[in-house]
Amino acid sequence: MVELAVGIMLGLCGLGAGIALIAGIGPGIGEGQAVAAACEAIGRQPEAKSDVTSTMIMGCAIAETTGLYGLIIGILLIFVAPGIFSGILKDTVMALK
Amino acid sequence: MTDEKRGGDGRFRTVDRMLIALMILPLLLCIALKVLYTPEGSGGVDIAGAMIFFEIPAPLQPLIITESQVNSWAIMLSLLALCLYLTHGLTQKAETRRQLIAEWIVEKCEHLVGENMGERYAGYEYLVAAIMGLSAFSSLSCLIGLFAPTGDVNVTAGWAILVFCLVTYTKLQGGFLNYLKGFTEPIPLFTPMNFISEFSLPVSMAFRHYGNVMSGAVISALIGTALRGLSRALLGAIPVIGNIPLLQIGLPAILSIYFDVFSGLMQAFIFAMLTMLNVSGSFPQEAWEKRQARKERRRQRTAAARA
Repeated sequence: MVELAVGIMLGLCGLGAGIALIAGIGPGIGEGQAVAAACEAIGRQPEAKSDVTSTMIMGCAIAETTGLYGLIIGILLIFVAPGIFSGILKDTVMALK
Repeated sequence: MTDEKRGGDGRFRTVDRMLIALMILPLLLCIALKVLYTPEGSGGVDIAGAMIFFEIPAPLQPLIITESQVNSWAIMLSLLALCLYLTHGLTQKAETRRQLIAEWIVEKCEHLVGENMGERYAGYEYLVAAIMGLSAFSSLSCLIGLFAPTGDVNVTAGWAILVFCLVTYTKLQGGFLNYLKGFTEPIPLFTPMNFISEFSLPVSMAFRHYGNVMSGAVISALIGTALRGLSRALLGAIPVIGNIPLLQIGLPAILSIYFDVFSGLMQAFIFAMLTMLNVSGSFPQEAWEKRQARKERRRQRTAAARA
């Protein structure tokens, strides 16, 4: 029974991490659009290249944040959550005995 | 002789050496601490947060001294030594190379802050430069094998809370009642949402910086481990060479240029940029002007009453 519980726990942690990383879609689309717009701007006005590039990198780095939230949740679910959950499981099993 | 040729450096040689030693010593001390405290035989995927060095008993809960704290103190010390090294013995006309570098840094910071924040915030370049320097050197410290303090959410959260305090202070310039009124705009129904957006600023700033640095460290560690396993699988059969993880040489360094150097410097710049924009953007211009006008009127009234 405990083995089953551990298996469910680990599996759901992995599944949750995978679901959390769906958050990567948004920044991907957003940054792609930002870079496309920057390319257009450089094509229209090549002399403003350095300004456009620095603004674009700055904006991309900020737009990345939402994706990073998902990544942090995913990493926590894989590397940190199993330890905490197994501790809870152990306490529960000890209490039941 | 050569020192004097380089522009009158001869006088400061002892001080120079002391300061350079002060720059390097804290970092060496950190490396030594890390080596001493790392448990033996830690193989596999070594992804862990900051190591806990010791705990100080305190009333509410024990005060935990972690690797990230110690490292950031060390980096602060060596940054201080670097600043002293660059700025000691300044002359009216720049003669030494390090004075030119120091002047260039100060000019750049003043220009950046003046461009982004305006005339009103003349004193903020010290704060912005300090945050940028500390953040950049903290992120770069993983190049010498230390745990990057910015990879710990507590460190970046501390900086973000500092920025939040500054933003609140700037908002309070328009008067306390006006600050409270700002929460009920555009309609009172929005008050809870305004509260959330108020507190999401430090959270998002802390998590942005921490997430970038930490995810880079995690990805680097995963790739390093994968390459070690791959070289063991491919070359393990060969007697002597099999024990050396040959594939682990080189490739992680290329990734580290992006994840450690570029990403770390970029995040330092972005953190400083957001500090400037948030602080200068939260200034209530209208309310401040009204308040100043009211104060002026009151002063005139009292002056008139006195006369």
